[in-house]
Amino acid sequence: MVELSYVDLLIAATLVLVLALMSIRLRSNISSQLVIAAIRTAVQLTLIGLVLKALFENVHLGLVTLMAFFMLFIAGREVMMRQERRFKGWRGYATGTFSMFLSSFAITVFALIVILGEDPWYNPQYAIPLLGMLLGNTMSGIAIAMDRLTHTAWEQRNMIEARLMLGESGDAAIADYRRQAVRSGMIPIINAMAAAGIVSLPGMMTGQILAGAPPVEAVKYQILIMFLIAAGTGMGTLVAVSLGAKNLFDERQRLCLDRLRQP
Amino acid sequence: MSKAPPLLQINRLRRLMIGPVTLVVDEGDCLSVSGASGSGKSLLLRAIADLDPHEGQLLLQGEPATDMPANAWRTRIGLLPPESSWWLPQVKDHFHNGMPVPLDHIGLSGDLLEQPVARLSSGEKQRLALMRLLSNRPQVLLLDEPTANLDPVNTGRVEAVIAEYLRAHQAAVIWVSHDPEQIARVANRYYQMCDGNLQARDREGQ
Repeated sequence: MVELSYVDLLIAATLVLVLALMSIRLRSNISSQLVIAAIRTAVQLTLIGLVLKALFENVHLGLVTLMAFFMLFIAGREVMMRQERRFKGWRGYATGTFSMFLSSFAITVFALIVILGEDPWYNPQYAIPLLGMLLGNTMSGIAIAMDRLTHTAWEQRNMIEARLMLGESGDAAIADYRRQAVRSGMIPIINAMAAAGIVSLPGMMTGQILAGAPPVEAVKYQILIMFLIAAGTGMGTLVAVSLGAKNLFDERQRLCLDRLRQP
Repeated sequence: MSKAPPLLQINRLRRLMIGPVTLVVDEGDCLSVSGASGSGKSLLLRAIADLDPHEGQLLLQGEPATDMPANAWRTRIGLLPPESSWWLPQVKDHFHNGMPVPLDHIGLSGDLLEQPVARLSSGEKQRLALMRLLSNRPQVLLLDEPTANLDPVNTGRVEAVIAEYLRAHQAAVIWVSHDPEQIARVANRYYQMCDGNLQARDREGQ
């Protein structure tokens, strides 16, 4: 593997700077956002590099668990912020976080114990990157699906209530929109699996190859990750949308749009 | 032997600025409710259908609404909103229990059932929405301006179908209308909604 020096990174950074200067010239107001985002990348990734280094040097279940929950709570917040008409109060945070806990955590532990079989099973070199990949993708799926569900419920409130008025249960009245929401949450990973290797070389595999891993080994890991992500996203989305659809109705099956925040 | 409980009993019903409303509705009753826009007529109907949270008690033939599943209550207390909603592409997809009366009784052709909903006029939608509601066989009808989009001939047909339904099924109706002539034709009890309060009137509206 070619070792990167900090000078190499500075050279790459000048490309971003040149782009920022060009945007100023074109009077687009994106340049400051661009520079801030680039600085955030450098700082955040450097910090996580140090954290991972420390974790790898002190293999301890407590530390790995702490890190895992920290990642989960950040992802839970991100899921909430990405929804325009999210649930108010604790529901907005809990729905996404709980669904990710069920799906990403369970699947990561399963993969670590049953598939990878490292000793100890929580070896952070495997556990943290795996959980990170799963959380990152499950997070997007859940955010898209929940956004779709709450958005449609708001837009189609007259239809939903008309069905309630005709004696349908809340469950039946929202079933179509629940299905659509699950679908939209799963489309990205289905597309990614279908296009993998043809249109795009997945990032993780590319990274391993750059780091000198044999391509066939890298590909095997990529396939594993893809399957885990698909399962995690699918389960997380199903759980989140089911909870969300349930929470749109009260105990008398009234549509409770006042539980959603106005954008 | 005690007397059978009334068809619909509303005890001190409150919702936002509405009420308290106390009302007893018997089989065959047709209560008219008139009042300015925004006086709370639609909110009152929604509360009776248990579509909004409310205080007070609702009983159907002595059975409290809270003792039955909400969807069972709404099947028996049928609310017809002023604007109908259609969620499937074809008209006929919305009817599972057959037609309560032949469509020509309300001035519609049977071919309408085969049509996409998008092709219906507002008057056709309004009459079909009433048919869809009646096909559930509700015991109490809550009608929110059911003839607002109709010409006088079809208004008369719809009034006749509703009157026949009440007679045939020992049902009752709470009918929101702005038309004093219609109220005089259909109702046997008259109410006025005023700032959320429901007040009984005599036939001349006094």
